[in-house]
Amino acid sequence: MAITLKINGAERQVEVEPDTPLLWVIRDHLQLTGTKFGCGIAQCGACTVHMSGQAVRSCVIPVSAAAGQEITTIEGLGSTTAAAVQEAWEALSVVQCGYCQSGQVMSATALLEQNANPSDADIDRFMTGNICRCSTYVRIRAAIKQAASQLAQEA
Amino acid sequence: MNERQQTSISRRSFLQKTAGAGAGLTLAVYLSGCSREEPASTPPASATGAATAVEPLVANAFVKIGTDNRVTVVIKHLEMGQGVYTGLATLVAEEMDADWGQIVAASAPADATRYANLHWGPVQGTGGSSAIANAYLQMREAGAAARQMLIGAAATAWEVPAGEIEVARGQVSHRQSGRQASFGELAEAAVRQPVPENVTLKDPAAFTLIGRHLSRKDVGKVDGSAIFTQDIQLDGMLTAVVAHPPVFGARLKGFDDSAARQVKGVVNVVQVPTGVAVLADTFWHAKRGRDALQLEWDDSEAFTRSSADLMMQYKELAKQPGAPARVEGDVEKGFAGAAKVLEASYEFPFLAHATMEPMNCVARITGKGAEIWNGCQLQTGDQMAVAAALGCRPEDIIIHTLLAGGSFGRRASGDADYVIEAVEIAKAHGRDVPVKLVWTREDDTRAGYFRPLYFHHLKAGLDQDGKVVAWQHRIVGQSILDGTPFSGMIRDGIDLSSVEGALHLPYHIDNFSLELHTVDVGVPVLWWRSVGSTHTAYATETFIDELAAAAGRDPVAFRLQMLGEDPRYEAVLKLAAERGGWQSPLPEGRARGFAVHKSFGSYVAQLAEVSIAADGGYRVDKVTCAVDCGVAVNPDVIRAQMEGGIGYGLSPTLISETTLEQGQVVEANFDRYQVVRMEHMPAVEVHIVPSAEAPTGVGEPGTPVIGPAVANALFAASGKPRHRLPLGMKV
Repeated sequence: MAITLKINGAERQVEVEPDTPLLWVIRDHLQLTGTKFGCGIAQCGACTVHMSGQAVRSCVIPVSAAAGQEITTIEGLGSTTAAAVQEAWEALSVVQCGYCQSGQVMSATALLEQNANPSDADIDRFMTGNICRCSTYVRIRAAIKQAASQLAQEA
Repeated sequence: MNERQQTSISRRSFLQKTAGAGAGLTLAVYLSGCSREEPASTPPASATGAATAVEPLVANAFVKIGTDNRVTVVIKHLEMGQGVYTGLATLVAEEMDADWGQIVAASAPADATRYANLHWGPVQGTGGSSAIANAYLQMREAGAAARQMLIGAAATAWEVPAGEIEVARGQVSHRQSGRQASFGELAEAAVRQPVPENVTLKDPAAFTLIGRHLSRKDVGKVDGSAIFTQDIQLDGMLTAVVAHPPVFGARLKGFDDSAARQVKGVVNVVQVPTGVAVLADTFWHAKRGRDALQLEWDDSEAFTRSSADLMMQYKELAKQPGAPARVEGDVEKGFAGAAKVLEASYEFPFLAHATMEPMNCVARITGKGAEIWNGCQLQTGDQMAVAAALGCRPEDIIIHTLLAGGSFGRRASGDADYVIEAVEIAKAHGRDVPVKLVWTREDDTRAGYFRPLYFHHLKAGLDQDGKVVAWQHRIVGQSILDGTPFSGMIRDGIDLSSVEGALHLPYHIDNFSLELHTVDVGVPVLWWRSVGSTHTAYATETFIDELAAAAGRDPVAFRLQMLGEDPRYEAVLKLAAERGGWQSPLPEGRARGFAVHKSFGSYVAQLAEVSIAADGGYRVDKVTCAVDCGVAVNPDVIRAQMEGGIGYGLSPTLISETTLEQGQVVEANFDRYQVVRMEHMPAVEVHIVPSAEAPTGVGEPGTPVIGPAVANALFAASGKPRHRLPLGMKV
């Protein structure tokens, strides 16, 4: 069936079965490949996107549940918060293999949009759903803090 | 235009145009010390059987200069997160005196005649933390040769002596005449320059990039634009999902694909040697098709045993002497004269690599062979394996090496398992249709190629003064190398990858015996980041703490007193102890543990600080790490690899294990296969020992040390030695 998605600020119509996970619609139908497949059961966070402002795991959300909601993928990030996050990621050379990092950036951006000054415990709680097998966690933590302080200065 | 044509041109023509105007120039660098050149399009003599009187000379092509002033460094190794794009580019840019901003890194084609790992012979591949170590001089020479060509071009154009020309930050200049030019402006003229027979490398004191913090060259990883195998989109491409045997060695008796073929989007169902593949327009359709398959397996010859059962067998075996791996003195005599004898047995489970990107591969059958897109780690091995499967020549297998979403050893499988699977599916479906094989997480974790399960038994004797006078170590486990193209590394029945890290300890012990029992078990096994050291470092370094306790000595002082001849151990040991505050008083509820280990030529010492809660739960709060890896080419990458190596090693220390029950993998996804997450990750402080020694690896050496450091902290806190991994989250 035809489903209309509001994704990265544009309306896109896809012909797809309603129970197809949003992840595969994003990747295979819309060719937005920045959002990654890691586990398929919402355990690793590689597929994290924003849906109505919340960080969600797109691998377990049926596309029908995403219809009509504002969806943002890594390709569509444009907020000041996101820019600060990406800048901090670059400045601290956070990435290693990089496969999980779209999801990390999406989660970190959502965290800072909800909590401008997260503590270590807040970061642990929010980011623990995003696995990084290269274990870039030390720098992710530092980059979230750096982005937070940069945003605080700009505010 | 292809690269082969370039290399068939005389080696004396140093720079050649690669394509139309503005597309850039390739420096086919001929370097002294290299073998004789031979056009890459001609198969090597060994492949044709034709003996040539002249040794083949191999041209190297590592540097491209664009007229747009971009310098592309061709990277012969796989970038899997370890920072090799950055590292090799640093070496070239340093000697070229390029500006770091003008440097771009790109993966080399699969061609062992130009891109071999110099530590491995005529083989292209990445592993054993060898990238910087093998290419340190080669890349610098490539950069220096390019620099000399640019100077030659400027000298000719400006009619000034080459000796008066200076190069700095991508600018070539002549002070006396005030002339200057960018690399891009000189590129065309540089092509016509003769190839330098010899190049002079910089004095390390003159380095401006080596040793400094530089931005990474594997870009596009924070905005989703970097392309991994999973992201490849080709015209007409199909996605394949495969039904594999439920247990290792099960055989397909029959299958019914009628329901699968009814699934929307499913294009074909094919049987391949490793299972039944469903090809569809999208992943989701292929997966649904696979779910609809009716399969019947014969597991009469399959592996249907359990981890616990294997461990019991290994334990029994360890009671008997194994094949000697290294013997010094007489251990029995040593034990007889000892004042105290300690024994300990250790158990290590299977481990999955669990890269973030599950294994996948894009393959297309061509008229001659195949074209492959993959995060390829062993280009030459994969070419040979695929060529054997297709009955073609290895050089007719074109490999596009993409960024890899982690490997940790998994992509370096000797039989090219998942690459062959993709090729078999593409072959079964038909020529010219690209097929993207996608493994689900469960496919990946159930496929095997695990770090083997091991059992260790250790026995040591202390004399009256608390000195270790005898050391006997028995290891039981599967061989990683047996039956693979690497089996040549098995010497006198000893698979060195089973005993590395236990063979030569940092300590001097007069009576020493290391023995190995190699067990033949039908579980596919493979190297896992730091390989033998994943278990040998744990067993030896925790046992050392038990001996120190028995001798009533401080663990660090005990180690220092026993150190052998090599002064580099002492330096990392003291540095980690001092910076980590080993001597400082400990607050209530905290404990420290220490470990030191050398792997892949690099020395690492770690001090782990652990806090213990009233309920017996604990957390690793901080790790102080000292590393000596020779010349620190990219200090920030070294720090990143220590941080990451610690995190990767912390998973099997605390929570990761792969269990087989009646042949089935229990932990198939991240709900059961627990790995370190943000909440577990300690703060990490890395100290690099200043060194002028040849650089050694950093990808693996940080990993094996954290386990014993944490276990030793728990031992210090509780007095209870820890002999089984994972430790779990209670003291």
